[in-house]
Amino acid sequence: MNGASKPLGRRLLPYGLLGPGLLWLTLFFVIPLYFMARLSLESGTLETGFQFTWEWSNFSDAITTYDEQFIRSFIYAGVATLIALVIAYPLAYAIAFRGGRWKNALLFAVVAPFFTTYLIRTIAWTTILSDDGVVVDVLKAVGILGDDGRLLATGTAVIAGITYNFLPFMVLPIYASLERLDPRLIEAAKDLYSSSRTAFLKVTLPLSAPGIVAGTLLTFIPAAGDYINAIFLGSTNQHMVGNVIQGLYLNLRDYPMAAALSFILMAVIMLMVVIYIRFAGSEALMGEEEEAR
Amino acid sequence: MSLRGVTKRFGEFTAVDSIDLDIREGEFFTLLGPSGCGKTTTLRMIAGFEEPNAGEILVGGEDVAGLPAHKRPTNTVFQSYALFPHLTVRDNVAYGLKRKRVDKAEIDERVKAELERVGLANEANRKPNQLSGGQQQRVALARAVVNLPKVLLLDEPLGALDLKLRKGLQLELKRIQQEIGITFVYVTHDQEEALTMSDRIAVMNRGVVEQVDNPVEIYERPTTTFVAGFIGVSNLMPGVVRSLSGEKAEVELEAGVTISADANGLGTGERCHAVVRPEKLYVAPKGMPAPELAADAQSVDGVVTSSVFLGTATQLVVELRGGARMTVLYLNTDEAKRQELPGGGADVTLSWTPEHIHLVRESGTERATADHEALARERADAA
Repeated sequence: MNGASKPLGRRLLPYGLLGPGLLWLTLFFVIPLYFMARLSLESGTLETGFQFTWEWSNFSDAITTYDEQFIRSFIYAGVATLIALVIAYPLAYAIAFRGGRWKNALLFAVVAPFFTTYLIRTIAWTTILSDDGVVVDVLKAVGILGDDGRLLATGTAVIAGITYNFLPFMVLPIYASLERLDPRLIEAAKDLYSSSRTAFLKVTLPLSAPGIVAGTLLTFIPAAGDYINAIFLGSTNQHMVGNVIQGLYLNLRDYPMAAALSFILMAVIMLMVVIYIRFAGSEALMGEEEEAR
Repeated sequence: MSLRGVTKRFGEFTAVDSIDLDIREGEFFTLLGPSGCGKTTTLRMIAGFEEPNAGEILVGGEDVAGLPAHKRPTNTVFQSYALFPHLTVRDNVAYGLKRKRVDKAEIDERVKAELERVGLANEANRKPNQLSGGQQQRVALARAVVNLPKVLLLDEPLGALDLKLRKGLQLELKRIQQEIGITFVYVTHDQEEALTMSDRIAVMNRGVVEQVDNPVEIYERPTTTFVAGFIGVSNLMPGVVRSLSGEKAEVELEAGVTISADANGLGTGERCHAVVRPEKLYVAPKGMPAPELAADAQSVDGVVTSSVFLGTATQLVVELRGGARMTVLYLNTDEAKRQELPGGGADVTLSWTPEHIHLVRESGTERATADHEALARERADAA
């Protein structure tokens, strides 16, 4: 039976299934995006009203004025993603291969923080890292922090907060890719003269690469646009591009500039993701054997 | 290669109970037994995936029991193949040689030759999931053989394939083994496969080795009821040894007759079973001697309970006094004679020539320990 002779209802079914999602995306993503794009090219003030004038200078001004926050956003997000990866991989590995009957309990522990809202969790960190808190006391005692040293209102605190908040997004995809891995493959590698270390590098790591790619994207993308951690754990010196956009909208009411900044952020993230996936999807990262030893 | 008193326990369960095996160089050696008999555990201990609780594993005179898998001169073909899904066929096969830091030109050459041997030269750039089951099996074989191990371990390598493919690959495996002359240790639960391919077979049951011998001996002269039953059709007539005269034992069978056969080390008063293979039994109406047999033929009476036409043969089941069921296989070479075969319910006489009856011991864990003690004593004596 070919497609044309199928009953009409059957042929329309895929569109019917797509419908609700498509409608949702159109209403709440495509249309707002259009208004945002339009707004980013307007000029004027809230008092005098905004006019659409193809005001491209909004974009160049945004970059020159807020380059510092832009660069900081990507540095913070990048460092936090790396730290999260370093913490999450061994954690996911331990749960997947050594979890035994505690596997589900451990996974629950990873997800448990989500039962409290993001905001509250971050505010809790202000207590943990406060000047008279335990962490600062200990760090002072062992001499890592000076006598007047502090953690709050530093880049360290903001990065720590971001790492903490996005860690589960790193753990879960890596866990999923390791969990699927057939332990016989590791035995086969060892049978073929690989030490445990070589077996990990040649078999386990390449086969968990999809999890690593997914985890880093799920961490890096929201982290780059985050502003909550910088508000509570940092000062104006730690402000990220998210804070700037928030300030432009809510305090300065410079909507066109805020919209332009949002678009630049979106474009830069998309560019970085495309480059990253290109690289990650290439044979080099997927463990191709070519001269890798 | 030798195993000496190798034992593996998982908690309370003894998977492999102090087994001794001597495997000759270049031999196709099969570990045969039902699932849970310890054959795979034995193989995994040789490969280095399991640590034995006791015993020595000697490969080329060297004890490898303490070595990790990657330092052993063995390679494994896994039941599920365990091919690396992220690598091409070529890189899968080259994997072991690369770890051994073999010269690149030599790797290319050996991998190419090995892929040609298994008929996959054109699939070298494919990924394993693009291959059929039979092709994956060949890649798994090539990946192991290319390293020229001292011993190649195969864990039910044909288990996942359909019957027709299995038959073809059995012969191919045997051919490759003869061609390269590597010692194969082959694990299977399929007795036919074991008989087809092996130089020698070790039949395992409940963690012990019941018998080690070549396929013909295993089939024709099993030494225990387990071996007799696991290889081929179980045709066992229980009985008791009444007297011994020289090498011969007089055995009173529960079916009501007394027969004479090789004692096989049985003692007076010992319970045993008499085995006759189905194709060596002759069936005739009760009281009529089988005309094919000589005067010294032995016989026993029974009742036919079923008769099934199998194509090349007709299979009859005859129940003896005492309840033993004997399977008789009549080759359908003469249609007229086949039609004269007694049907269900008929009283018949089963007969056989004395050289085809064979006495076996009862299998059981007690006997196994007794055997092991006897072996230990022998060894102590030898030393």
